[in-house]
Amino acid sequence: MSIEISHVGKRFGDFVALDNVSVSIPSGRLTALLGPSGGGKSTLLRIIAGLEHADTGRIEIDGVDATRLPPQKRNVGFVFQHYAAFKHLSVRRNVAFGLEIRKRPKDEIDRRVDELLALVHLQQFGERLPAQLSGGQRQRMALARALAVEPTVLLLDEPFGALDAKVRKELRDWLRRLHDEVHVTTVFVTHDQAEALEVADEIVVINDGRVEQTGSPDDLYDRPANEFVMRFLGPVTQLDDQLVRPHDLQIHTRPEPSTVAGRATRITRVGFEIRVEVTTITGQVVTVTLTRNEFLALGLRNDAAVHLRIAPNSPTTAVATTDQPSSTSPSLAASH
Amino acid sequence: MTSTTLVPGRPAGNRRPARTGLPLTRASGLGLGVATLWFSLLVLIPLSAVAVTASGGGWDGFWQAVTDAQTSATIRLTVGTALLVTLVNIVMGTLIAWVLVRDRFFGKRALEVLIDVPFALPTIVAGLVLLSLYGPNSPLGVNIANTRIAVFLAFLFVTLPFVVRTVQPVLAELDPQAEEAAASLGAGRYTTFRRIILPSVTPAIAAGAALSFARAVGEYGSLVLLSGNLPMRTEVASVRILSSIENDNPDSAAAVAVVLLAISLAVIVVLDVIQRRVMRRG
Repeated sequence: MSIEISHVGKRFGDFVALDNVSVSIPSGRLTALLGPSGGGKSTLLRIIAGLEHADTGRIEIDGVDATRLPPQKRNVGFVFQHYAAFKHLSVRRNVAFGLEIRKRPKDEIDRRVDELLALVHLQQFGERLPAQLSGGQRQRMALARALAVEPTVLLLDEPFGALDAKVRKELRDWLRRLHDEVHVTTVFVTHDQAEALEVADEIVVINDGRVEQTGSPDDLYDRPANEFVMRFLGPVTQLDDQLVRPHDLQIHTRPEPSTVAGRATRITRVGFEIRVEVTTITGQVVTVTLTRNEFLALGLRNDAAVHLRIAPNSPTTAVATTDQPSSTSPSLAASH
Repeated sequence: MTSTTLVPGRPAGNRRPARTGLPLTRASGLGLGVATLWFSLLVLIPLSAVAVTASGGGWDGFWQAVTDAQTSATIRLTVGTALLVTLVNIVMGTLIAWVLVRDRFFGKRALEVLIDVPFALPTIVAGLVLLSLYGPNSPLGVNIANTRIAVFLAFLFVTLPFVVRTVQPVLAELDPQAEEAAASLGAGRYTTFRRIILPSVTPAIAAGAALSFARAVGEYGSLVLLSGNLPMRTEVASVRILSSIENDNPDSAAAVAVVLLAISLAVIVVLDVIQRRVMRRG
């Protein structure tokens, strides 16, 4: 049930959504397509589902060439960001839809729908209309509907994007457990790196219509292939011409081999974490995060003289352009 | 007479139990009073007056007026043609609305505006247009003056916008992803249309159909020139009512009016039942 995507290209007018993308999605795993919005990840997912057609390249699902197959023939389950519920049908009828189309016997449909509703914890809601459900419940209904036809692959397009933070977290954990039970090859699109790192077995980072890197969450976090992946997966700061995670910097109160001297210019406490801004002698502003205990052990104060270095074996990336502002990229730091 | 079904896009299965026994606030009580008074003055009292006039000659008088050969022929022609026209409108109106919403083509904006012309045109002008195009001096060589086709055509002309205009906004609001979801679940185009799109637009189609039927039943100006008003052949109910009044027979006129009213009500109820059934079946 693997998916092989080779040399897929797609344009919308002048806009290149996908540029010669090749990805191999392993069978039975939970794979995240991660990237900023407009980067082409949803387009790739829709091409796998047959809802969009690639201009060039080839899609193979489970060893079968699906490039020209209509969505009806691909046997994929698709879950949309905004649920795409059949508003006039009850939850039961929504879930039963694919089975009714396939003209399965009535008692078989009833049994299967009961199973699925139990799987997504919606047993008591079968007779309700989608409008009478909360967002999280609607998305679980959509998932049950997609699973009803026993798809070879399950595709989810920003499935939790329309939900509030708390429900999103719950559903994320729940999707992970569900996948451990059902084992269907699953691909989901997200722009939230925490979501991808937490849930996925495999992550494909897509940006500007190209694949930046493919690998396990640990691979990507510890061995980012380039500056983009480094920046996208978590907070970064810059020391000299190296990008590094703020928690991979060591602060010393006296000089050590290969340290850079500076002053602590700002100390903020964010929950369990202490964020120290250091201005180096070259005028670079570097952000360092410490745990509370590390901070207390150092006895740091504002304006204290400090010496910085990158902890051994930490992932770093050389910065391509040096005229960028050197402090932590605010959007990424905030999203952590 | 169409107020009961004129709710295009009403959410499906909206059958909440009516809230009863809630005390009205002063403002909402006043609002309800004004609405009732308004509705009574404009609708209920005139309708009752017609019913009273119709019953002036007693049941026998009413029955005689209605079963009069010439009168019943006009009622049959009017209602029959109106039903036929409504059926055509259901299909063509939905199709036109579909094209306007889903397709992009040259001249779409112009078509958008032109759709309303039959509605905006004074009906007698419409009648004149039809007469000059399909009358004895037709530049096309098509002469349908003094035939039942003229009645049909005139009805069709004036009722064209109703289904289009009620269905179009509902169609535009449909979630295209619901159709994609249906496709990925294995539904072909026809199944998706019948089971996903149609149930959503059916209330709007029913509302448009009711409007179109009601308009056709009462139509006068657009057909009076072309149809020739031949008794037993092309005379419609509204023309018959006018001639009854002119012949100083208001009871007969009122009787015909009451029959048209009853039929219109029945059609609206039937449309509502059909619409609910289609929506539930999905």
